[in-house]
Amino acid sequence: MKFGIVVFPGSNCDRDMQDALQNDLGKEVIMLWHKDEDLSMFTTDDCIVLPGGFSYGDYLRCGAIARFSPMMKSVIAFAEKGGKVLGVCNGFQILCESHLLPGVLLPNAHQQFVCNNSYIINSTGGKALKIPVAHGDGRYFASDELLDELEANDQVIFRYCDSLGTIDKQFNPNGSLRNIAGIRNKQGNVFGMMPHPERASSSSLSNVDGLDVFRILGMN
Amino acid sequence: MEVTVKIAEELRLTAEEFELIKQKLGRTPNFTELCAFSGMWSEHCSYKNSIKWLKTLPRDGGRMLVAAGEENAGLMDMGNGFGVVFKIESHNHPSAIEPFQGAATGVGGIQRDIFTMGARPIASLNSLRFGNINDAKTKRLLSGVVKGIGHYGNCFGVPTVGGEIYFEECYHTNPLVNAMSVGIVKVGKTISATAEGLGNPVFFVGSATGKDGIGGASFASANITEDSAEDLPAVQVGDPFQEKKLLEACLEVIDTGAVVGMQDMGAAGIICSTAEMSAKGGVGMHIDLDKVPTRQKNMKAWELLLSESQERMLIVVEKGKEGAVLKVFEKWDLPCSEIGHVTGDGLLKFYMHGNLEAEIPAYELVLGGGAPQYTRDYKEPAYLQKVAAFDTNSIKDVTDLEATAEQIIQIPNIANKRWVTVQYDSTVGAANAGTNAPSDAAVVLAKGTGKALAMTTDCNGRYVFADPYKGAMIAVAEAARNIVCSGGDPIGVTNCLNFGNPYNPEVYYQFVKAVTGMGDACRKFNTPVTGGNVSFYNQHPEGAVYPTPTIGMVGIIDDMQYRMTLDFKNEGDAIILIGEQQNDIASSEYLHKLRGVEFSPAPHFDIDEEFAVQKFVSSLIHSKLISSAHDISEGGLAVTLLEKGFNRELGFDVAANTDLRKDAFWFGEAQSRVVVSCNQEQVEQIRQRAASANIPVTILGTVTGGYIKVNGESWNNTLSWKEKYNTAIENILNA
Amino acid sequence: MTYNVQIKVMPLKDLLDPQGKAVMGGLKNLGLGGIEDVRIGKHITLQIEAESEDAAKALADEASKKLLANPVMEFYEIEMIN
Repeated sequence: MKFGIVVFPGSNCDRDMQDALQNDLGKEVIMLWHKDEDLSMFTTDDCIVLPGGFSYGDYLRCGAIARFSPMMKSVIAFAEKGGKVLGVCNGFQILCESHLLPGVLLPNAHQQFVCNNSYIINSTGGKALKIPVAHGDGRYFASDELLDELEANDQVIFRYCDSLGTIDKQFNPNGSLRNIAGIRNKQGNVFGMMPHPERASSSSLSNVDGLDVFRILGMN
Repeated sequence: MEVTVKIAEELRLTAEEFELIKQKLGRTPNFTELCAFSGMWSEHCSYKNSIKWLKTLPRDGGRMLVAAGEENAGLMDMGNGFGVVFKIESHNHPSAIEPFQGAATGVGGIQRDIFTMGARPIASLNSLRFGNINDAKTKRLLSGVVKGIGHYGNCFGVPTVGGEIYFEECYHTNPLVNAMSVGIVKVGKTISATAEGLGNPVFFVGSATGKDGIGGASFASANITEDSAEDLPAVQVGDPFQEKKLLEACLEVIDTGAVVGMQDMGAAGIICSTAEMSAKGGVGMHIDLDKVPTRQKNMKAWELLLSESQERMLIVVEKGKEGAVLKVFEKWDLPCSEIGHVTGDGLLKFYMHGNLEAEIPAYELVLGGGAPQYTRDYKEPAYLQKVAAFDTNSIKDVTDLEATAEQIIQIPNIANKRWVTVQYDSTVGAANAGTNAPSDAAVVLAKGTGKALAMTTDCNGRYVFADPYKGAMIAVAEAARNIVCSGGDPIGVTNCLNFGNPYNPEVYYQFVKAVTGMGDACRKFNTPVTGGNVSFYNQHPEGAVYPTPTIGMVGIIDDMQYRMTLDFKNEGDAIILIGEQQNDIASSEYLHKLRGVEFSPAPHFDIDEEFAVQKFVSSLIHSKLISSAHDISEGGLAVTLLEKGFNRELGFDVAANTDLRKDAFWFGEAQSRVVVSCNQEQVEQIRQRAASANIPVTILGTVTGGYIKVNGESWNNTLSWKEKYNTAIENILNA
Repeated sequence: MTYNVQIKVMPLKDLLDPQGKAVMGGLKNLGLGGIEDVRIGKHITLQIEAESEDAAKALADEASKKLLANPVMEFYEIEMIN
């Protein structure tokens, strides 16, 4: 499985993601420029990553302008063919703006940027994973019907919790509905999450919980 | 318009300076030329009232790869073929007027100083000072400054890894906002801020120029008065998205090999970058101002020269390689235009619509060239007599230790600053080793170099106020101590000298003594001063701020296995104090905040003793004898012990066997003390080593599973203290 | 009586508007030519209980001056809806 990482103007986690995938997970990585369109070197077994950052300054709405870049047209086509796509933080926001994932990411409930270690837990259980968040617009929002549907289809992949795995509002860094930290599409090939697994994948940072996130997403 | 001395004075030049300009030009300058001199001879660009003393600082040697002041930022050798580039700069006055944009553009400016040299910034720090935190104005300023720093730094994508915040009444009108950035570069791949090669084209890249912050350089040098709020054009708007693109484009364009020299446009914009680059290369420039991309229509020559629009660079390119440069900036959708070329006559000639608008020898404009340098008078401030008159015996010793400690842990200068720090992205870059393992200094992996960097900013302004010479030494010593306690080897300093009005002899005394003390301490620690900035006029009608010479220090950790953290590791470990307890409460938070004493001497400090303690701690770390090290600073020993317990929620059982005052023992801020912890088996060896090194050590007690006991009395548990420490500031700000 | 007041807050004319600039770039990328400038501000509505329209307007003005707009960066325009 090889990876492509899309670099938008304002992406700032592209190199971190490259570092984690190449050096911590030993994967082949190709960097992709937003103005290009060619994804012919990838098959649907591969994965395109939309990294974190502030594409186009996050002006207007996070991800709104990046969505229209030439590369995103190809990424949308790639996803529709069944190729894997992962969006982290700003990448998650772009996926929602592109309608590859349902819902929207609103400004944090407390109206402040938040950066800290959050704990998240996978819908199938397992241990709580300590993964850093860093965002101003991470409050996942969708209609009640949609949220019910996401849950019914097992599309909620990560929720905020405490170190013991207890899911509760007080451990939610942004006020997202139902403590949602990450979701996938119905087909199960497009993933979006606010926390940054690439910032927790190296023993030199005293935290390798991010490797578990990649494993859960089937990308290890 | 005829240029007169009156106009010169309106542009904040003195009558003598106006005469000097006429002499140097051999004629009366026109208005555009006068504006150029006004910008370049401002305090901010010329260092005219500080350079004489700055020259006394150790400015080369050690690992320095360029001498201080030669380039936009300091450059030091990291080994393995890499260099570290770092600098600190103030944005005090703009932040006082518009806290959000003022702080944001401060962060932007310091990042450009780093990447204009070809280095990639890897970490930011900031050192902030505000008035009383309970005051509505302080809350507004703090909230705006923090949002501004976060807005710019988070988007730009460099982690904010450290810094400091103090709240003191003297900063009420004049908050201090000092921003530091640290970057990495391959040795030999750096770019100099110089212009060379006759006929080489000069490119302007980055944001289009508007009337932002015109006169900002002069503005920064002016006292803040009631009218300042109406100085509207002085506000600059930062665009971190543009800066991020500019960073990537500049680093890419350097790789093309086409770049001869590069400088960012900060204070005094185009005039400053053209003058400094030309003077440095001993050349001149022919510039067509019509070719500068503008955001507003009909800008005048002087407006273009002085505009401080952000996110702009001046690049001298090797003739014939223009295409490679244009291609990179086109890729990043950044304006890039050839605005002139290098000439051999040393003259800056600015043309507009074919007319020569200004003609000035570059040399005459710059620091080290024609810019004036003044020797100012100074005299010992009267208040120092009140400081000297302080008598510790006039203060009754504490009776209830625990209650006092509870108050101290919640003093805003001491309590957890997480309300602020969570608003900064501290983990982008995936290199902040402090996120999960805290140290006294920030520790950041320098990816690709095989090493890590320890970095810190330090300055207790009250110590400097109490004793400018000793206080500045303490700032250097504390920075070095923080780096040593993190397992690093201190290599160099950048400084941000925040003072009042230099024309006030008592303020200037503080400046002279502080610079002297800083120099002496930097020589002792072999940490040369690589550069920095001076911010005078942090003064309002009622007085000046505390003299605040902020030290930014960088250290190297050659091997991460010798990196040290500050927190207790295991229940049962021994707790050892290294260094000597003193009967000293002078200038402590305890004395100032709880006892209300404004004037007292700086705390105990002896530089040789300090140096020996640091060497000893470093040797313990490198012999792997200890598992934590945390220095004693504001709040004294009690706060240090509590802080050591918070991360793993461990406690301590300690006792004082002493004749000293209780307040001095637990809350005094005497320098040169470090608390370490270790496995019980190491205690004897540490004791023996200390004896042979002649370092006082005291076994204080043991680490517990979470309860706290002092002199046999129960002090509740670490969790309850941590809660108070964590929420003190939030409770004030969220109220 | 209740008055509906609309307040438009915009960046000062001569100040850089980074958001407008980035959006303009995005519109250009979409092939929407002919748009020469984009500036982005805020639209705020207030419901004010006051004696008279003048009093309501004065209150809106004070609110704008003190909080809703930052006079260092922005200007505002007040429009009464009733």
